[in-house]
Amino acid sequence: MTQSIETAFEVLSEGQLEIVRPGGEGYGPIPGGSTRRGVLARLGKNKLAFVSLCFLILLHLIVFAGPLFWRVPPESMNPAVALSGWSLTHPLGVDDLGRDELSRMLYGGRVTLAVGFASMAFSVILGVIIGTSAAFFGGVTDVLLMRLTDAMMAIPNLFFVLVALTVLGKSPLMVVLVIGFSSWMQVARVVYGETLKWKAYEFVEASVATGASPFRTLVRHILPQTYPSVIVSATLGIAWSILTESAISYLGLGIQPPTPSWGNMLQNAQQYVWTAPMLAVLPGMGVTLVVLAYNFLGDGLRDALDSRY
Amino acid sequence: MYPETIAKEGVAILRFVVQRLAQSLIVILIVTLITFFLVNLAPGGPSAVMRIEATQAEREAILARMGLDKPVAVRYVQWLAGAVTGNLGTSLATSQPVVKRIAERFPFTALLTLCTMIVSVTAGIVLGVVSAVHRNSLLDYAAGFLSVVGLSVPAFWLGIMLILLFSVNLHWLPSSGIAAGGNGFDLADRVSHLIMPVLVLSTTTLPNIVRFTRSAMLEVIFQDFVRTARAKGVSGLGVIYRHALRNALIPVVSMIGVMVPRLMGGAVITEAVFGWPGMGQLVVESANGRDYPLAMGVTVVVTIIVVLTNLLVDVVYSRIDPRIRMT
Repeated sequence: MTQSIETAFEVLSEGQLEIVRPGGEGYGPIPGGSTRRGVLARLGKNKLAFVSLCFLILLHLIVFAGPLFWRVPPESMNPAVALSGWSLTHPLGVDDLGRDELSRMLYGGRVTLAVGFASMAFSVILGVIIGTSAAFFGGVTDVLLMRLTDAMMAIPNLFFVLVALTVLGKSPLMVVLVIGFSSWMQVARVVYGETLKWKAYEFVEASVATGASPFRTLVRHILPQTYPSVIVSATLGIAWSILTESAISYLGLGIQPPTPSWGNMLQNAQQYVWTAPMLAVLPGMGVTLVVLAYNFLGDGLRDALDSRY
Repeated sequence: MYPETIAKEGVAILRFVVQRLAQSLIVILIVTLITFFLVNLAPGGPSAVMRIEATQAEREAILARMGLDKPVAVRYVQWLAGAVTGNLGTSLATSQPVVKRIAERFPFTALLTLCTMIVSVTAGIVLGVVSAVHRNSLLDYAAGFLSVVGLSVPAFWLGIMLILLFSVNLHWLPSSGIAAGGNGFDLADRVSHLIMPVLVLSTTTLPNIVRFTRSAMLEVIFQDFVRTARAKGVSGLGVIYRHALRNALIPVVSMIGVMVPRLMGGAVITEAVFGWPGMGQLVVESANGRDYPLAMGVTVVVTIIVVLTNLLVDVVYSRIDPRIRMT
């Protein structure tokens, strides 16, 4: 038990004693600082994040280039072989309607990854606009926007998404917009805090003093300071968007068949879990691994971008 | 304490509660605005439920019966006035009051989320403390890794996998529902129906509590009063539980407020997988059946639950941590 107090003091490689931050890393500048090379070097040293990045690149290659080589169309049915296991013609087996599972995994993966990325992009744009405007303009804008943020945060995410998709329709574009609109609050909060902090710095004052318009000051001087937090939020946001898309598609209210997504492929899988368990295992495994990788990458980026300690 | 100090403190607490209550009411009001106008202004809104072949007269009759012939702002005020008195309209699918349909389902969601909360708070604190005390040990890394895995697994898929394992292969647990058909209350049966849903729903909250407790513990372990306690000769476990944990738990209380919306959102999926007849199922049913008054009612009620729990957590928090009081 006494060990934890002793580890509060760790001898650094230089030889001097330095207080270690709870969590492990020492104070003081670290090699590379906030330069791009320094950040990349630190990210490369984080094995989990690095492996995740490689996995994600590989997976995107497979999913987006795969159909060029595996030319079985995902919608062609062959009821005669429905629910049969793997074979040479169908390496991952066949689903309940006799569609090739490998092809559906590839095309479904395209949809899932694309929807995840697009939803995240929309939510980040919304979050940045709302967060910076509230902090930069202050006053009534601040009160209105931040109360809106509070209200949106109080609505449990899936309730909002389900109700919105029911009234607005379930096209893939709507799915993207609704997921994006249900998840911008975290980004807005983070950016709001950052903008408030940077607004008080001299370089912002200098920009105003030299006659730059508020818009220019905001976009050229304050916004770039928030990029590190936004990049981290965006990476974790993709994970969240993919999870949400797969959940609503599983409920039958997201991406609509016959377009496959990893979420709606699981919709029917539950009833065939007795006869063809692989149909349930594969798409879920896909979602889990992608989300896991994005989460590890996001955590790694957060550590790598934080050059303060 | 002097009587006037107590009185002063009482006034301050009251002011704090009133202030937070007012904020909560504003948030609830905005939520009703968002949901009402989303549902009523969208092209696929209430008027879209009518059959296309209906005649003009029939159309107008239906619109008048649903109150849709009035401007949307008037309808909102009417709806709000009804909501304040506990009338959230009538379900289109069953013609029952929305409040009644929600009240039928509420106990099941309450049971599920409360059990999950108890399980994840207990397990989360234990795992968090052990991870912090044995920092950078294999156990700490394992807990940290599993936390991220828990946050990454789609809850519904985990549910299907558990059903595959415990119901299909091992025949240990029932795959869905709240109780086996039969008469009478059988506690063992009820519990066996709860295990998998609670386990699945816990993955949405447990990882956060573990991470949060761990970092709160680490903040405290390195402080002077803990070292003083050790120097005075308090045993290792005594320091951890009597001195460090008590202080680390304060921020953990605030986590409960963050957990509630996640639990409610997670309940939608968990209830769908396990056929659990709660409010999550109700929102899925209402979305599938385009039952707008019901969908809106459930969403608003769930949000009110979230806001009120947050309010409660804030007040409790301000009581146990005087540093943040009345700011």
